Amino acid sequence: MDTILFYFFASAALASSIVVVVHRNPVGSIVALVLTLFTTSVLYIMLSAQFVAVVQVLVYAGAIMVLFMFTVMFLILRDESLNFDAQNVPLKVSLVLAVLLITGMFVQNVIIGSSNAGKLASLSVSEDFGSIEQVGTSIFTDYILPFELTSVLILIAIIGVIVISKRSTD
Amino acid sequence: MEITINHYILLSFLLFAIGCFGVITRKNLIIVLMSLELMLNAANLAFVSFSRFYNDNTGQVFMLMSLVVAACEVAVGLALVVSIYHNKQTINIDVLKLLKG
Amino acid sequence: MIFLIILLPLIGAALNGLLFSSGLIKKDHESERRIVSIIGCSSILLAALISTYLFIQLIQNDNPAGIIQNSFTWIVSGELNISFGFLFDNISSVMTLVITWVGFLIHVYSIGYMHNDKSYARYFMYLNLFIFFMLVLVLGNNFPLMFVGWEGVGLASYLLIGFWYDDTQKAYAGRKAFIVNRIGDFGFLIAIFLIFLVFGSLNFSDVFSQAANPTFMENVPIIMITAIALLLFVGAVGKSAQFPLYVWLPDAMAGPTPVSALIHAATMVTAGVYMVTRCAVFFSASPLAQFIVVTIAVFTAFFAATIALSQTDIKKVLAYSTISQLGFMFMGVGIGAYAAGMFHLVTHAFFKALLFLGAGSVIHAMSDEQDIRKMGALRKYLPITSKTFLVGALAISGLPLLSGFFSKDQILGQLYERGFTIHFAVAIITALLTALYMMRLYFLTFEGKSRVSEGVMKKLHESPSTMTVPLIVLAVLSVLGGYVGVPDFVGEIFGVHHINAFKEFVWAAIPVEQHHTLGHHFFSHWDLLVLSVVAGLLGIGLAYYFYIYRPKHLNKITRNEDFGFLYNASNSKWYIDEVYNHTFVRGFNEISKLSFLFDLNIIDGLINKLASFTSGLSDFISKFQFGLVRAYAAVMTAGLIVIIYILFATLN
Repeated sequence: MDTILFYFFASAALASSIVVVVHRNPVGSIVALVLTLFTTSVLYIMLSAQFVAVVQVLVYAGAIMVLFMFTVMFLILRDESLNFDAQNVPLKVSLVLAVLLITGMFVQNVIIGSSNAGKLASLSVSEDFGSIEQVGTSIFTDYILPFELTSVLILIAIIGVIVISKRSTD
Repeated sequence: MEITINHYILLSFLLFAIGCFGVITRKNLIIVLMSLELMLNAANLAFVSFSRFYNDNTGQVFMLMSLVVAACEVAVGLALVVSIYHNKQTINIDVLKLLKG
Repeated sequence: MIFLIILLPLIGAALNGLLFSSGLIKKDHESERRIVSIIGCSSILLAALISTYLFIQLIQNDNPAGIIQNSFTWIVSGELNISFGFLFDNISSVMTLVITWVGFLIHVYSIGYMHNDKSYARYFMYLNLFIFFMLVLVLGNNFPLMFVGWEGVGLASYLLIGFWYDDTQKAYAGRKAFIVNRIGDFGFLIAIFLIFLVFGSLNFSDVFSQAANPTFMENVPIIMITAIALLLFVGAVGKSAQFPLYVWLPDAMAGPTPVSALIHAATMVTAGVYMVTRCAVFFSASPLAQFIVVTIAVFTAFFAATIALSQTDIKKVLAYSTISQLGFMFMGVGIGAYAAGMFHLVTHAFFKALLFLGAGSVIHAMSDEQDIRKMGALRKYLPITSKTFLVGALAISGLPLLSGFFSKDQILGQLYERGFTIHFAVAIITALLTALYMMRLYFLTFEGKSRVSEGVMKKLHESPSTMTVPLIVLAVLSVLGGYVGVPDFVGEIFGVHHINAFKEFVWAAIPVEQHHTLGHHFFSHWDLLVLSVVAGLLGIGLAYYFYIYRPKHLNKITRNEDFGFLYNASNSKWYIDEVYNHTFVRGFNEISKLSFLFDLNIIDGLINKLASFTSGLSDFISKFQFGLVRAYAAVMTAGLIVIIYILFATLN
């Protein structure tokens, strides 16, 4: 059961990410990216990371993608010349081949040739692993400093954005 | 076959590679930023899978931080895109090479 | 106490310099001059009185180690420990008395001589500064302190020679003095290094007690001691104007005449003699060094005397005379007759200062005319000057019973008794020449027919009392000063042993054995005495003949076909300055030009090429900046792939 779900959602993620890269219309790419994020979120749930999965949907797929959508709509970008061009095929082919090569090496060395390392089902975790309480406790006790720093980071980003997009009103 | 961590690692790698491919190949600046998001997402997947397999919450916490960073980066990046579009009327990154030389 | 002797001139210099020479306090000429003179002279007078007081104490205590005063430590570095210490023993007390008293007389003289000069305060500041440094030189109890004084008097000499620096030639003279001095100082410095190497300390007491110790000296190779002695002598050659580093002294006559009297007659040039006496242990331990010293000294004396015979500037004659007499002094200390050399130093200070001050008086009276061909028959106009000048000239010629006679005869006697017969012969001839040129100078200036020009004749007057009183005092000293050193054999006649008080006094402080006469000699003491007297009288007589009695015969000699060139060469100082100019000066100029080119092209060129290389490299590399983000991403990815591949390849 687990295996089938994993393969299904993994291939869905891969397919939609390829669509992101290849699609002509930026809006189409955005939709595909949202789909990718959703499937990844499901994968998270399969990894017992419930809180993270929900946060991903809310923030990533919800806020960030909406931001992308706003920008694309705002700029009304529809330029033929910016499509995925079939030029420079050798470059692209070589890149794909490189990726395949590494994948092949990986599969051969690690997956097929390895022992029982890390089988998902055999590793048991506690009942509330990845629950909001656990993660919350972890954030607010062990990792309070990075948490605060991220808030500072957000502040900086806000200020940066405001400064960048301000139009000089002379 | 049992699902091991290696599957997740491979998946993460493939997503990352696709994102890389998008960054290198596409000329539209917005698509490039989206491919960048893909790469970040792949890294997040790796974090969480390691967190599961080593029974440690740290990976998930870090994934959240990474998420925040990605959000800020997108915000600033898109602000820059808007600003570039207002100034140069194009978002073709092949044209934007003021730093040449 | 010793401190005060040294400090007082320094305070005088500081007060004069900071208050008046710098223009801080501006008063009218008359009162400024008065205050400056009082500060300048009284500081030296006080120093002289204190040193006399200490001298009397020294005689009463009769301690050969003298009065030592150690103060704070100056340099401590490893084994090296140098302190600011002063030593007032028999040798340095003699020097101090000469420096301070003769210095005081010259200060008083300067009040009159420099009366109308616009840089009055600066002059006195420099003069006091010089006395300060000279005192540091003779009173220091270690080599570095002596070297400080050594360099300091060189500096003061430079400042004073080039005192009227508006005239470029005079400034050049000062520069020449300093540079030639420095050549000698280099030898001195190397000698100090060697002394530290051999003896491990630089204090006089440590070094000399070790050097006088036979067991210690067994382990020291004789070449080392000879090297030390010779290098010290190189310093003396520079400072005391021996051949070949004497060339600065005649040019130094560009300075004011009292300066020539003080520095280049009485004190600075005698620093070399003092130094050799102080380091007697080294010289007495190395016969080779002694031979070299006395040979150079004799040659210098003779050489300078030949030049003095034909000079026409009154001060140049005296300058060459100084060089010649310094040769005599070095003859004395070179062979080990340290007391004789020091004795001649003292008497020479008296009569040479007298002669210089007299010359200054003449120049002052003659409205700055210095050429003796334009003088003559000045005796009626300058009575005091001429009489004192005559006393000085006779003293240097060795007229019996004057001071010069005693000191010169002692040196000649010692030369003969220690076996330096050839040197003795040359020295006797030099004594004859000394009398000859000195009396020539006197006759041409003060006697004979007057060749003075009209305008100068009108302003001819005797000098004021501030100038004539020192002359008289020095004349008295020139006459009576010799009696402290009456030779022993004269005293033996009257049954008095060791009548030569000066010799006993000086030898008490020298840690070396006095050698006595060696073997059987042809001449006895009395024979030598008569010989030197005859040489002196012969010189005086020849001068009288050629310059008063039959002046026309002189032309026959100087214009003689075969020997006339000698006169011309002598008049041109044997062309030594020209030789130096063509070889050393030109040579160094060429070397410095080469060095400049080297610096410009090679060193700067190297740096420039390095810089241009770097900028070229950066130009080349900047071509890799496409500006295309995609290209950068592609390259990064390629690198990443390579890394991953390597990681996987090494996995097993």
